[in-house]
Amino acid sequence: MTSARPVLTVLAALVAIWYAASVWMNATWVFDQAERAGQSVTWAEVVPQTMAQARPLLPPPHQVAAELWKGVAGQKITSKRSLVYHGLITLRGTMMGFALGIVLGVALAVSIVRYRVMELSVMPWAIISQTIPIVALAPMILTLSNQMGIDSREVPKAIISAYLSFFPVLVSMVKGLRSPDQMQLDQLKTYGASENQTFWKLRLPASMPYFFASLKVAVAAALIGTIVGELPTGAIEGLGARMLIGSQFGEPLIMWAALFAAAILAGMLIVTVGVIERLANTRMGVRP
Amino acid sequence: MKDTLNLGGAVIEAKGLDLTFQTADGPVHALRDVNLTIDKGDFVSFIGPSGCGKTTFLRCIAALEHPTGGTLTVNGMSPDEARKKRAYGYVFQAAGLYPWRTIAGNIKLPLEIMGFSKADQEARVERVLELVELSGFGKKFPWQLSGGMQQRASIARALAFDADILLMDEPFGALDEIVRDRLNEELLKLWARTGKTIGFVTHSIPEAVYLSTKIVVMSPRPGRITDVIESPLPKDRPLDIRDSQAFIDIAHRVREGLRAGHIDD
Repeated sequence: MTSARPVLTVLAALVAIWYAASVWMNATWVFDQAERAGQSVTWAEVVPQTMAQARPLLPPPHQVAAELWKGVAGQKITSKRSLVYHGLITLRGTMMGFALGIVLGVALAVSIVRYRVMELSVMPWAIISQTIPIVALAPMILTLSNQMGIDSREVPKAIISAYLSFFPVLVSMVKGLRSPDQMQLDQLKTYGASENQTFWKLRLPASMPYFFASLKVAVAAALIGTIVGELPTGAIEGLGARMLIGSQFGEPLIMWAALFAAAILAGMLIVTVGVIERLANTRMGVRP
Repeated sequence: MKDTLNLGGAVIEAKGLDLTFQTADGPVHALRDVNLTIDKGDFVSFIGPSGCGKTTFLRCIAALEHPTGGTLTVNGMSPDEARKKRAYGYVFQAAGLYPWRTIAGNIKLPLEIMGFSKADQEARVERVLELVELSGFGKKFPWQLSGGMQQRASIARALAFDADILLMDEPFGALDEIVRDRLNEELLKLWARTGKTIGFVTHSIPEAVYLSTKIVVMSPRPGRITDVIESPLPKDRPLDIRDSQAFIDIAHRVREGLRAGHIDD
């Protein structure tokens, strides 16, 4: 457990900085209140007041933690105020977008490695697609899918999510499928292996480490895409919508709690991908 | 020695073989006017400095390169046809085992590609593992084996589909000398047991002399054969044969051949 100490030190430092920033940012409000009441306050009086405001500029950690706890454990899961409820909605969108992104990324990578024309004609567009800010694109995708008669919000959310998550998969898989060296390819040639056999027996298994590395990036991107997809007008469900409600109705605690719920969800997703990667590694004989 | 040479007849025949690569800096003559006959059961070493075309010639036999002139036949066929008939197994400098397959799985790779039945695959894996003295290692993954054992596994893989010709491109080049000596000894035993025809590329004079019935000395720019030495050494060769006068004489002739090739530069 020698690694616990530096981890805890950094965590403690972050919490300390956060508390200091809370005091500093929320103090303005306390001073304003005091001025209006014609009183003067000392720092000793200010600090406690910055810790328990209803609408702090920057809520201190314990307030966020309390709100998070209330949202997770203090509600029925079916309640519209439960963060678990909204988290599950976001998770579902993320998984759909993630799956779509993987399929799209792998399919494009395979065709790019197989056909040279695909690399010249498709790859530039894939790169350009990632230079367009997703916040600008998300409302367009929502409107467009609405126009096309898709009532469900799930579909456009999954598309936005896949839009962000296919790219890391595509780039890594192209590299992974091309990772076998000339000697390995020559060797298969001496066996008279076909293109298909080369793909299934060599290229695909050789690309797996690249694939799993990209999944960790892609799953985080899929979550961000889903949340962005929940932000635009009229969203009522999901962590993104929760953040938007918190910000629109001046409830910073709700916003921060949703933010942290999203961060925790991201962490769980990445850990899950890591576990799947380890299982695959064991199956593929990777040196432990 | 004469009788062993005439036993089987020509397996590989090159006549006036030319190979020119077109590069940005102009044509490179990788091989020029190479004439060579390899008989059945021969152990032929190709030796020479880098760029002399020894690997290129081996690759031509394996149809990995295609000559630009002259004729080359393997078992009386073109190299491409010979490949389809599974005429040869190729062993590269690196073992090139797939890390995600067990040793047995790696040996099955060519068998799967060539469409052998499952039962046949198992039987063949057992047999070739025994041949390279790796019985019981089938379930291990490559990283669990030493470099020498990995190279033996790669030889087993090349033997698995019963090719009559074994082409080896500096198979022991990356191994230390002690391991190399042992593998050389084992390779000779394997050769004696299986009667394969072996083409063997090497940088090492002692290795070439120790292993071969025929030593082909090559020199670069353009890649060509400068000397072909029929070895008078007996087929049964203990390691200490390397201290005998006959061995030293052949080694000397190889060295002279290599030096002569260099004077032309």
